[in-house]
Amino acid sequence: MTVIGWFQIILYCAIVVALTKPLGWYMTRVFNGERTFLSPVLRPIEAGIYWMSGVDEKREQHWLTYTVAMLLFHVGGFLIIYGVMRLQAMLPFNPADQSAVAPDLSFNTAVSFITNTNWQNYGGESTLSYLTQMVGLTHQNFLSAATGIVLAVALIRGFARASMRTVGNFWVDVTRCTLYVLLPICIVYTLFLVWQGMPQTLGPYIEATTLEGAKQTIAVGPVASQVAIKMLGTNGGGFFNANAAHPFENPTALSNFVQMLSIFVLGAALTNVFGRMVGNQRQGWAILAVMGVLFVAGVGVCYWAEANGTSTMHALGLTGGNMEGKEVRFGIVASSLFAVVTTAASCGAVNAMHDSFTALGGMIPLINIELGEIIVGGVGAGMYGMLLFVILAIFVAGLMVGRTPEYVGKKIEAREVKMAMLAILILPLMILGWSAVAVVLPTGVASMANAGPHGFSEVLYAYSSQTGNNGSAFAGLTGNTLFYNLTGASAMFVGRFLMIVPAMAIAGSLAAKKSIPPSMGTFPTTGGLFVGLVVGVILIMGGLTFFPALALGPIVEQLAMNAGNVF
Amino acid sequence: MLREIRPAIVLLLALTAITGLAYPLAMTGIAGTLFPVQAQGSLIEKDGKVVGSALIGQEFKDAKYFHGRPSATLAPDPNDSTKTVSAPYNAANSGGSNLGPTSKALADRLKEDVDKLKAENPNAAVPVDLVTTSASGLDPDISPEAAQFQVPRVAKARNIPEDQLRQLVDANTKGRLLGLFGEPRVNVLALNLALDRAVAK
Repeated sequence: MTVIGWFQIILYCAIVVALTKPLGWYMTRVFNGERTFLSPVLRPIEAGIYWMSGVDEKREQHWLTYTVAMLLFHVGGFLIIYGVMRLQAMLPFNPADQSAVAPDLSFNTAVSFITNTNWQNYGGESTLSYLTQMVGLTHQNFLSAATGIVLAVALIRGFARASMRTVGNFWVDVTRCTLYVLLPICIVYTLFLVWQGMPQTLGPYIEATTLEGAKQTIAVGPVASQVAIKMLGTNGGGFFNANAAHPFENPTALSNFVQMLSIFVLGAALTNVFGRMVGNQRQGWAILAVMGVLFVAGVGVCYWAEANGTSTMHALGLTGGNMEGKEVRFGIVASSLFAVVTTAASCGAVNAMHDSFTALGGMIPLINIELGEIIVGGVGAGMYGMLLFVILAIFVAGLMVGRTPEYVGKKIEAREVKMAMLAILILPLMILGWSAVAVVLPTGVASMANAGPHGFSEVLYAYSSQTGNNGSAFAGLTGNTLFYNLTGASAMFVGRFLMIVPAMAIAGSLAAKKSIPPSMGTFPTTGGLFVGLVVGVILIMGGLTFFPALALGPIVEQLAMNAGNVF
Repeated sequence: MLREIRPAIVLLLALTAITGLAYPLAMTGIAGTLFPVQAQGSLIEKDGKVVGSALIGQEFKDAKYFHGRPSATLAPDPNDSTKTVSAPYNAANSGGSNLGPTSKALADRLKEDVDKLKAENPNAAVPVDLVTTSASGLDPDISPEAAQFQVPRVAKARNIPEDQLRQLVDANTKGRLLGLFGEPRVNVLALNLALDRAVAK
């Protein structure tokens, strides 16, 4: 570990915090339906969309209608991606003559993109046409991200409102989020990325003759426009197989730094939106502080482990850390930081191969995902995931003092706690359940690339990543098989939607409640005690649930590595 | 609920048209005008022919060139399309080795490569990036140490003084951006092109 490395980490955190407030202010205006400086340009487009689709923007929806609208929207999105992938050979923008994608891979990828997971069983440059990348994947990167954000906003409205039956209008929220928040940032961001060296072309792959006279086919494409939203929307699905490690998908140290920032900014800003909507920004900062504590701890461990290298390397006299599966332009620190950022958020883009991380270095991304990706988290998903943990923490605090727990003026009662528990239990059900099935079936075991405990880690990571809608991988695992395509799709689907429905039920139930003013006995939720309590609840929940599985994977592997064993 | 069907279809199609077609196509047009070189893939031409991209590594095996890092990229086996074969620096199928820290295959590969490099230059420590595969398999860079490490071999193969090569490496070494971001590095293709030019003079 170096001073310059830590300086980059501190600078990163400082910029995220600095952007939280202005972006939170802007997003609050967008979701309150107020005018913004972009309204003169975007308002006519917005009104046109409502007119065509018959949406009355003044009419708000009950939480159930809001949820059903969201689900219908996703059925349509699924059909578009699946259709385009199956038919891409006959459609335009296919200079590399990619053939139709297999049914099970198309199914997995379609579920993967509507759930904001972007699990890559496909290899972008070797499987997909430009049209599939644009109409199939880029569009869903926008819409699944917008969906995550608006669901978080609906839940926040539940806390902020009193005695109301509605939580907002899904169609209006999703349109405004796409037009006012995601699209403008992406336009500027795309140009920045191209300036840094990212291709943006519809031309065919390049045929080069290398200095030594060999042929090299260089895949290009409309990369930058997709990468902008892939990062900003915490989607993470790569244009290329190697994702953000590919020099075209992440050309410079600066593009890397900005990509890491763009993973976190919207998620962090939502904590401020929360604070503003419930009428006290300190409530938002307290939540960001919980995230910050867990984040910095993860970065420290991961950076330390990777800078340390492996015992195999030490034995050969190699110094400079574990560079297997990492790029020279990023080095140890930017690779470790990226790995923690992308798994703390549910992004899943990678600029280094997590499969080749040291045992402990690779365990941090795994833990981040298994805790529910609530450390800033996926855009929106992190916020509503974190609020579920807050409800539990408040409930625990209430039990300690024997008082009905309250949070930002709302009584937290049996219904909310039950729903929060239901949503949180989905994670172990899918992650541990499917991992257990995979390791006893020959077809599951056959896909492992590494032997010994690392092979188990690959499977555990695959289901953690898909259930958590992350999309990063211990990529040695051959995921493109019938078994993994189908079970993975079920993990992604359940991990996304069975988390959303209880969260929305809480939103509806909270919105209907009266708001009660704080009294002497109210537990203050803006201070250090609250932050410590929530961090404790998250770690205890995650620890109790996943420690046994982690012990069989990364922990035993670390011990084996220290003892000099290889498999 | 029925009245949600129409927006589900129309609004989805409208937003798909905006984000999936209008946005990427407009960006292709604008980026191609503002940054034509980068948008096309930062291609490098020599005598009118494309020799590669400034950002994409390529394979160097000849002793008279500086070598890049090992690459784990694959290509379909020409004899059996269900299998893959090693194809270093295949820029149409990026990827890493995905070998874990306790992998025997990785330990064996590292040992073999370290031994080979030690035989080539016994006087310097083997730089770690020269024996590890990159994440993309297309890493265009090596560390300055890895370039300096290869100087004796290239000097011998080209029959030019080592000092001249070391200066060439220094001239092609890029530092951290603003002294802060990223790591010091040498672009292998750029260095080899400069080397060819220097020798031709």
